[in-house]
Amino acid sequence: MSMLSIKDLQVYYGAINAIKGISFDVEQGEIIALIGANGAGKTTILHTITGLVQAKHGSIMFGGKDLTRTPAHKIVSMGMAHVPEGRRVFAQLTVFENLMLGAYTRKDKAEISSSLERVFKRFPRLEERRTQPAGTLSGGEQQMLAMGRALMSNPSIILMDEPSMGLSPLYVSEIFDIIQEINKSGTTVLLVEQNAKKALSIANRAYVLETGKIVLSGDAKELMNNDQVKKAYLGE
Amino acid sequence: MTFLTHLFNGLTQGSIYAIIALGYTMVYGIAKMLNFAHGDIIMVGSYIIYTCMVSLNIPSVFSILIAMAFCTVLGIVTEKVAYRPLRGASSSLAVLITAIGVSYLLQNLALLIFKADPKQFSSVVSLGNISLFDGQLIIYGYMLVTIIVCVVVMVGLTLFVKKTKAGQAMQAVSEDRGAAQLMGINVNATIALTFAIGSALAAVAGALMCSASPTLTPYIGTMPGIKAFVAAVFGGIGSIPGAMLGGILIGIIEKISEAYISSQMADAIVFAVLIVVLLVKPAGLLGKNVQEKV
Repeated sequence: MSMLSIKDLQVYYGAINAIKGISFDVEQGEIIALIGANGAGKTTILHTITGLVQAKHGSIMFGGKDLTRTPAHKIVSMGMAHVPEGRRVFAQLTVFENLMLGAYTRKDKAEISSSLERVFKRFPRLEERRTQPAGTLSGGEQQMLAMGRALMSNPSIILMDEPSMGLSPLYVSEIFDIIQEINKSGTTVLLVEQNAKKALSIANRAYVLETGKIVLSGDAKELMNNDQVKKAYLGE
Repeated sequence: MTFLTHLFNGLTQGSIYAIIALGYTMVYGIAKMLNFAHGDIIMVGSYIIYTCMVSLNIPSVFSILIAMAFCTVLGIVTEKVAYRPLRGASSSLAVLITAIGVSYLLQNLALLIFKADPKQFSSVVSLGNISLFDGQLIIYGYMLVTIIVCVVVMVGLTLFVKKTKAGQAMQAVSEDRGAAQLMGINVNATIALTFAIGSALAAVAGALMCSASPTLTPYIGTMPGIKAFVAAVFGGIGSIPGAMLGGILIGIIEKISEAYISSQMADAIVFAVLIVVLLVKPAGLLGKNVQEKV
């Protein structure tokens, strides 16, 4: 059975049909990329999975549990973390406070501090800036904080929404390296990206979205060589 | 010396505004709504204290505790019944108008139960006066208690928000409700807690207010409520130290104006100062200018 299984998902914003019946699966240990242009519905899919948006039809199964009607605040304790688009760190809180909010639903203090140690090991810059308000960090550092905050919940799957958005090329490479590392240490990744080239280069499989529908799917390496994908998303 | 007397009067009045303003500012910061019924919670709290003390002969401290408990429940219930169903409404005006409706409802309920004739309140503070400079400056017991309570509330709330998990959740919800939910924070519960704290503080403000001016009618909450709202905006709405600073400044400006300019003009001066401050600093004295970094 798949770790995360989406069946015939349909989402409406008022009368607008944003997601028009999408199905896909994520297996344990994979990196899955959802690629597509602006407005294709990538972010909406992630928001629907974590309950920030309600689905009209379809089902979302995660580890044998039905998430379709689960409120957003109950998702993280089920082992699913969401790094939202635009990072959305709590700007007025310090780096440390942001990270501790990532562990909000966890009780065991010893486990929380060992998670914190791991996050600081992965993102040494966050440790240097632990007492600084998150709003004073650079864009790349905020992205690291958003990822670190998600890792503080010790998730089995992380949903990442446009982690490279607005970052310098140097940071983009670093962020993608980190995503791979996180995956290698056992966390499944569902990645939404406009940077299709980078996303396909690290993903196992990918789904291509156009205006609320999946138009192509398959092995990431194969999609990279697909003429349609090359023309539309890779600029070749 | 008379100036010091006026200053102390202002400080006392300002401390009461500050405590009320904290309720306004916390609810605004976290629930993103102006709770115009907040002033009427003060009135309800005062009537509860009056009933407990005068009709039931309960000692003042317990009367205040009972009023705080009652107002806490009242705050949670109004939020749940009147405001929560409108949280997803497309216009934020809906909840604002509802708050005004709740305000009238509470006033008229009080009118129905306690009638329109003013009730004479006995001070909840039974502390002696302090006489300084050969009796030229008299600090009444209730003044001292008011100022001390204000400081305790301020320090307590700041510690609560900074040091406790619930306080951190409040800050997270105030900044970004969606992201807070992704952390596992129950937004509805956090907003209910905010209403509970704000309403309990309103009861405290009611007790202090009635000690200063001991006449109780169903409308006593209205003007202090508006002044406290001004104080919250003045200091920077959403900011806890801002509400404190705004409240105390408004109190002092009001009392000094009453003493040296004109007692009829005092309110006009308070509002004029607000306008000037907002022209110079639109976010209020300690308001945060939201800056986004991409």
